[in-house]
Amino acid sequence: MPNYRMNLLVCGGTGCKASGSSEIIEIFEKEIEKAGLKDEIHVITTGCFGFCEKGPIVKVTPDNVFYVEVNSEKAVRIINEHIIKGRIVEEYLYKEPITKEFLPEQSDMPFYKKQIRIALRNCGFIDPENIYEYIAADGYQALGKVLSEMTPEEVIEEVKKSGLRGRGGGGFPTGLKWEMTRKSESKQKYVICNADEGDPGAFMDRSILEGDPHSVLEAMAICGYCIGADKGYIYIRAEYPLAIQRLRIAIKQAYELGLLGKNILSSNFSFDIDLKYGAGAFICGEETALINSIEGGRGEPTVKPPFPAQKGLWKKPTNINNVETFANICPIILKGADWFKSIGTEKSKGTKVFALAGKVNNVGLVEVPMGLTLREIIYDLGGGIKGGKAFKAVQTGGPSGGCIPKEHLDTPIDYDNLTKIGSMMGSGGMIVMDEDDCMVNIAKFYLEFTCDESCGRCTPCRVGNMRMLEILKEITKGRGTMEHLEELKDLGQTIKDTALCGLGQTSPNPVLSTMNFFWNEYVAHVKDKTCPAGVCTALLKYYILPEKCVGCTACAKVCPTNAISGEVRKTHVIDREKCIKCGACMATCRFNAITRR
Amino acid sequence: MAGIKSLDELKAIRDKYRENIIGRDTSNSENKIRISVGMATCGIASGARDTINAIIDEVAKEKLTNVVVVQSGCLGYCYAEPTVEVRFPGKEPVLYGNINAERGRELVKKHIKNGEIQKDWILERTFKNI
Ligand SMILES: Cc1cc2nc3c(=O)[nH]c(=O)nc-3n(C[C@H](O)[C@H](O)[C@H](O)COP(=O)(O)O)c2cc1C
Ligand code: SF4
Ligand code: SF4
Ligand code: SF4
Ligand code: FES
Ligand code: FES
Repeated sequence: MPNYRMNLLVCGGTGCKASGSSEIIEIFEKEIEKAGLKDEIHVITTGCFGFCEKGPIVKVTPDNVFYVEVNSEKAVRIINEHIIKGRIVEEYLYKEPITKEFLPEQSDMPFYKKQIRIALRNCGFIDPENIYEYIAADGYQALGKVLSEMTPEEVIEEVKKSGLRGRGGGGFPTGLKWEMTRKSESKQKYVICNADEGDPGAFMDRSILEGDPHSVLEAMAICGYCIGADKGYIYIRAEYPLAIQRLRIAIKQAYELGLLGKNILSSNFSFDIDLKYGAGAFICGEETALINSIEGGRGEPTVKPPFPAQKGLWKKPTNINNVETFANICPIILKGADWFKSIGTEKSKGTKVFALAGKVNNVGLVEVPMGLTLREIIYDLGGGIKGGKAFKAVQTGGPSGGCIPKEHLDTPIDYDNLTKIGSMMGSGGMIVMDEDDCMVNIAKFYLEFTCDESCGRCTPCRVGNMRMLEILKEITKGRGTMEHLEELKDLGQTIKDTALCGLGQTSPNPVLSTMNFFWNEYVAHVKDKTCPAGVCTALLKYYILPEKCVGCTACAKVCPTNAISGEVRKTHVIDREKCIKCGACMATCRFNAITRR
Repeated sequence: MAGIKSLDELKAIRDKYRENIIGRDTSNSENKIRISVGMATCGIASGARDTINAIIDEVAKEKLTNVVVVQSGCLGYCYAEPTVEVRFPGKEPVLYGNINAERGRELVKKHIKNGEIQKDWILERTFKNI
């Protein structure tokens, strides 16, 4: 086997593939061949580095140099300069947005500094299409250890002790769930991996499956061993073709090496895994709806109890976990519960992967220890707010979550703290908003999503959310009343209390949390008929800025309703009663004296 | 392909392929010993590629996991190529000149493994620095 002295790790995740990484890999291979360095330099296609926005990403090791936005031209120069002559190509490095410095090493980058990678440990490190790479990184060692040295009870005890909680949204203790499913008596049981990932903006599950599929397969087998199941399903949305492809390859390779299938590693334990495809409805991520969907029925939730642990797939006890939850299992087995427990807060152990997005300088996937503050994530990893604007709120938990204002920026993030401040951990979406975002409009956006995705089975969710959305639309159009605001609160509470499933029960959260923290903004829309952020177009008003107006009269001449008056060379004014908001004056003024807000 | 029959067999496979990924592990790199080989035009002309490959091979043979071997650009010592710089974490770097493949292997054994600086091979200009 060649002993490579240098590695070119090229991201082959969905994001970087879309920005052309496949072509870069070809160029690297061709140029290295040409230079006669094929046995010395290794080109590896890896999973996502989390920095997709600046893709394609190329990392050179052992130097630990991190190139961003690589194209074919840059690829050739990287080979000629860095690989052949040892000179780092500075201008292709990541540029620190604030100091404008080029940072060569990945570990210098603030985006990576506070990250601890457990679930994402192999993403951007190994070739996900080669099982030997996974094995080299301690892959299948946990399964081997469990099968040869531990009883199912011992494994469950270790997972319980670790404090791992479900990463799919609910935060239910994973070990406890395994124990409940183990205790349900039945000859046939199932393991399901929930890879439906419906939260708009979240893509951690996709990245794990693309970058490290075996880690999920291995953990599912361990779960099967613990609960007494010999069959597992991965329920994955059909819109994830690359993840599906990598999973298929991984499953095939695992079978070939006898790490899935009959009598794994000569033990009595056998385990099979199959893929099931979801059509992409958000509600199908809810566990009972997911089970209905696998059974071929309509993707609608059913009342719990019975829980899947008692009566799940085909009425058999079933353990459902999220992708990221599974990705944490093998390190817990290998490094121990005590190690895992040492990371995080009192009630939330380990790390969480967030999809940081919105108005921050660095967007992408970050895996951070529980207990880091929102401020650290937004200002240190995220590099602060884009364009030097003011921070307004951060949305976590997707359509089930809420908006958190700056008073709570120093809250250490964990399941309980986020719930306490009216939001949710959810699956890990984190959208940062600045002064230009209107909170009423944001609430409306999430509610529109919920109304589209509600399965319609129960009245509070189907009718109640529609009514809430109607009210929000009235408010953003300037027809809202204070009674509307009261009605929103009441409706929200009723839906929370009476909806059948988690979708409905959490759907009012975006509205309720913005009303709680940004009440004045609602009042401004309703009473003053203004949108402080200047987003709701129906509420915008035209103003002439006295300090800029030179009194040229141009605007008054174009105004179709004669709403503008003023003497020559004196400041003009707009009569807002007459103004029909056509915008003609603003387009005409050559002195930028007319604004809209 | 035959299946893997035991945990021991799995471990053997892991150890065999581990070499492939060890060089990629950049965690904790500031606490590792760094060997840089000058690989600019004249370095390569005087055999730096053989030197770096020999060093890497030796590091692997000695199973040293706390060492990073990188190539660097022109250091301005054309007359003494191949040049090799050894930097222990927190210490002044030591710059060696005229390091061929054989001397490269010896450096790994003596300086890296046993901590014995090879005074004779040190480039004069940096001698005072240590
Ligand atoms: C409307 C709705 C959508 C959900 N979507 C997902 C999803 O996309 N992925 C997921 O893992 N869990 C989702 N869940 C949570 C699952 O019902 C279930 O709790 C989870 O898969 C359990 O795994 P965990 O304990 O490992 O988190 C959703 C729940 C609700 C109510
Ligand atoms: S709460 Fe909404 S999504 Fe859930 S069952 Fe009722 S209608 Fe369907
Ligand atoms: S066009 Fe502009 S500068 Fe001229 S009068 Fe109108 S606002 Fe004033
Ligand atoms: S927006 Fe149109 S109607 Fe209103 S003042 Fe300007 S030109 Fe007149
Ligand atoms: S897909 Fe390349 S960094 Fe995410
Ligand atoms: S190229 Fe070798 S010292 Fe300058």
